[in-house]
Amino acid sequence: MPLDTNFTNQKFKQVGTRPLRPDGVDKVTGRAKYGADYNAPGQLIALVLRSPHAHARIKKIDTSKAEKLAGVKAIITSADLPDLTAGDRGMRDMLENCMARKKVLYDGHAVAAVAAIDQTTARKALKLIQVDYEILPHVTDVDEALKPSAPVIHNDIFTEGVEPKPTKPSNNNKRASFGHGDIEQGFREADIIVEHTYKTEQTHQGYIEPHACVANVSPDGQGELWVCTQGHFVYRNQCAALLGMDISKLRVTASEIGGGFGGKTHIWTEPLALALSRKANRPVKLTMSREEVFRCSGPTSSTSIDMKIGAKRDGTITAAHGVLRYHGGAFPATWAEFGAMTAFACYDLKNVKGESIEVIVNRPKTAAYRAPSAPMAAFAVESAIDELAKKIGMDAVELRIKNAAKQGTQSSYGPVYGPIGIGATLEAAKNHAHMKAPLGKNQGRGMACGFWFNFGGQTCCDINVTPDGTVTVAVGTIDVGGSRASIGLMAAEELGISYEDVRVVIADTSSLGHNDMTDGSRGTFSTGLATIAAARNAIKVLCARAAKMWDIPEDAVVWEDGHAKPAGTNAGNFPPLSIKEIAAAAGNTGGPIAGHNELVADGAGVSFATHICDIEVDPETGRSTVKRYTVIQDAGKAIHPSYVEGQYQGGAAQGIGWALNEEYIYGKDGRLQNAGFLDYRIPVCSDLPFIDTMILEIPNPNHPYGVRGVGETSIVPPLAAVANAMSNAVGIRLTHIPMSPPRVLKAISARKH
Amino acid sequence: MSGVHVSTTINGDAVEFVCNADEPLLDVLRNRLGMTGAKEGCGTGDCGACSVTINGRLVCSCLVLGAEIQGAKVGTIEGMAKGDQLHPLQKNFISHAALQCGICTPGFLIAAKALLDKNPDPSEEEIRFGLAGNLCRCTGYDKIVRAVQATAKEMRGA
Repeated sequence: MPLDTNFTNQKFKQVGTRPLRPDGVDKVTGRAKYGADYNAPGQLIALVLRSPHAHARIKKIDTSKAEKLAGVKAIITSADLPDLTAGDRGMRDMLENCMARKKVLYDGHAVAAVAAIDQTTARKALKLIQVDYEILPHVTDVDEALKPSAPVIHNDIFTEGVEPKPTKPSNNNKRASFGHGDIEQGFREADIIVEHTYKTEQTHQGYIEPHACVANVSPDGQGELWVCTQGHFVYRNQCAALLGMDISKLRVTASEIGGGFGGKTHIWTEPLALALSRKANRPVKLTMSREEVFRCSGPTSSTSIDMKIGAKRDGTITAAHGVLRYHGGAFPATWAEFGAMTAFACYDLKNVKGESIEVIVNRPKTAAYRAPSAPMAAFAVESAIDELAKKIGMDAVELRIKNAAKQGTQSSYGPVYGPIGIGATLEAAKNHAHMKAPLGKNQGRGMACGFWFNFGGQTCCDINVTPDGTVTVAVGTIDVGGSRASIGLMAAEELGISYEDVRVVIADTSSLGHNDMTDGSRGTFSTGLATIAAARNAIKVLCARAAKMWDIPEDAVVWEDGHAKPAGTNAGNFPPLSIKEIAAAAGNTGGPIAGHNELVADGAGVSFATHICDIEVDPETGRSTVKRYTVIQDAGKAIHPSYVEGQYQGGAAQGIGWALNEEYIYGKDGRLQNAGFLDYRIPVCSDLPFIDTMILEIPNPNHPYGVRGVGETSIVPPLAAVANAMSNAVGIRLTHIPMSPPRVLKAISARKH
Repeated sequence: MSGVHVSTTINGDAVEFVCNADEPLLDVLRNRLGMTGAKEGCGTGDCGACSVTINGRLVCSCLVLGAEIQGAKVGTIEGMAKGDQLHPLQKNFISHAALQCGICTPGFLIAAKALLDKNPDPSEEEIRFGLAGNLCRCTGYDKIVRAVQATAKEMRGA
């Protein structure tokens, strides 16, 4: 049943306020339990043996010496994980990524795992496992991997999306194309054309909490898994499938999560921990080291993008064409598609084409990273548009306003937009005090726009009214940054009760129906929808109970401000009944009072942002510092504005790190050279200024309160905003991210000579 | 396996434990003493999530051996609140929404307290450099710095 969305634009009593988060005290006292904070009685400690080679055939694995070591309770290799995936390529890749089968495909690929009585013993056991490798040629660069001379990583990958189907395997698993109109005609109409190839390096989500889990599988086929994840239901389903367990027999409890940003949407070591536990018949704890997180979890793609945009002298963009090459790591993926779909989404274009080329390289399997694939595409598009503005002699904001998408625009990826916020964020940027502030020596200002789809997905929610009239809300989406507070606000708003009278918990997988991950900025949107619907169902029950208490027809009762009230001509004249009074009487009126809802949350509202960045560049060293930063983004409706601001600020900070410093550095040997926070440097407190935010609220018509997702869009504009600021500060246009000091210095020196 | 016997004081309480000679204090706290408030983000002293104080000095507990704290006074996040009274930093971190996922929060609180103990009136720059040894990936540090500023002001006024 579609949810009545008429509530949009009504006055809210609680939504939009800033109450304290319910998990706050636990998190400031050290009491909150994260992945590695849980221990099971009698648990073993597991460690994973990983490949030192980027690409090699596994000739033999000899575990016999390790098995004889006192204290070793189980050792597994791929032989202990039979392929049960029945032709499902995605699942097979997942299995193979968790544990290498015939070949290792990247530096850090798991080849065996050990469970022992303690870490010291497990570490000794790893050293006793002998693996004979036949080293194969490797390729780690996204462009190199497409060359005919490149080693082919999978001999059963034939490019999808080209006709006729290739007869030779390659490292290009798929091609696709999005857009409309006639780009050749569009470029003929252009007075000015900008054309460049842009490159971005691979970055990691950089969550501070390494992956950790405790698995406990018994010989009767039942199992439990405690794990830090963005989606415990999805982990359950995937682990059960790979291990041949019934889904219902595996109960997964999500720990508090110490950051994910997309990186905890994929299973990595969890099937290994479960398999070890099953083999040893003991609980097994498996925690990744930081080095393992960098080497063997899922960073984002590095990319290479050809971008061509043409415009008339009046600033009208006549055509835009991008060819986007993204790698998915060592397995087939579709990240370039997301890049091609999002690249031009901010603009109303007559002729537009985004072509995606998916590439396989000898690097870890790429995972989602906050608005996955969009930041790199936006870097190319927004850099080119800035250059176009300069060539035309038009203000960069004005040129974007002139071409901005609006309600009714056919997006470059297909759908026609409803009410959207790109124009409003641009107007707000144009009028923002930041735009008018003076700049100092070696300083420059840049701006850029960004888009993200936002997702909905499968969701369900249970609301239980307890005997004292306070309420528990059980949800199935992980709280990655304050969503318990926003869900609590929405439940309180609907029920007309105080926020303090609502407790929101994340249910385990045996206590609630399947929920998709907390990804795609869906947590507050989709679980919010389910919560609102469940609250409305609970209200129906509450009204029915009041009717019973008054002995009047159910439809003669209305719910207002947390009270049942008689309404209508035959209702009679009763004083309102509070939720507490109805709850107290529940035992005599039909039993416990609850509301449930399950839905596929369609109608996620697309999201747009405009960022403004001031940068100062030291021409002697090439080091650059962000001096001022402003994020303007459409939230639809900010349920808890503090956590919306937090999402804006956090995304901007990650984007700034990506723009200026962060990159995976692989040696010629195909090994990752900077697998640690010392050499993979994310922004620290002294690197950043305060990040100003402006929340715009253009309601999403598909949500009763107008909510759009807010978590991801904020990482889309920074790469380009910083690059445009750099260009304005020192007159150099860098087309390779990150703009680290050596690259900047090189560009400054090249200009001097 | 021969262990090292250590007598020490943690959050004002006398504590004794036996650990391996090469065992980091962080592992002792988490695995032997059940104090999981200090987190391991890296194990190499780069992230500050395991911050504690030893005799008032801020350290990464992953870089200190358990055997080294014989006779010392150790302060961890578990000892920051006094009974049911949260420290002003803890209150302000919640009220300023200075945490999202919260994994770095114990380390930030310990580091911020160490900073304010030494410098009750820090400038924004002093706060930013004082907390530069602690990584946060969620917040962009904005609300963390504001929470520390608000606390410094409040504690000076008190």
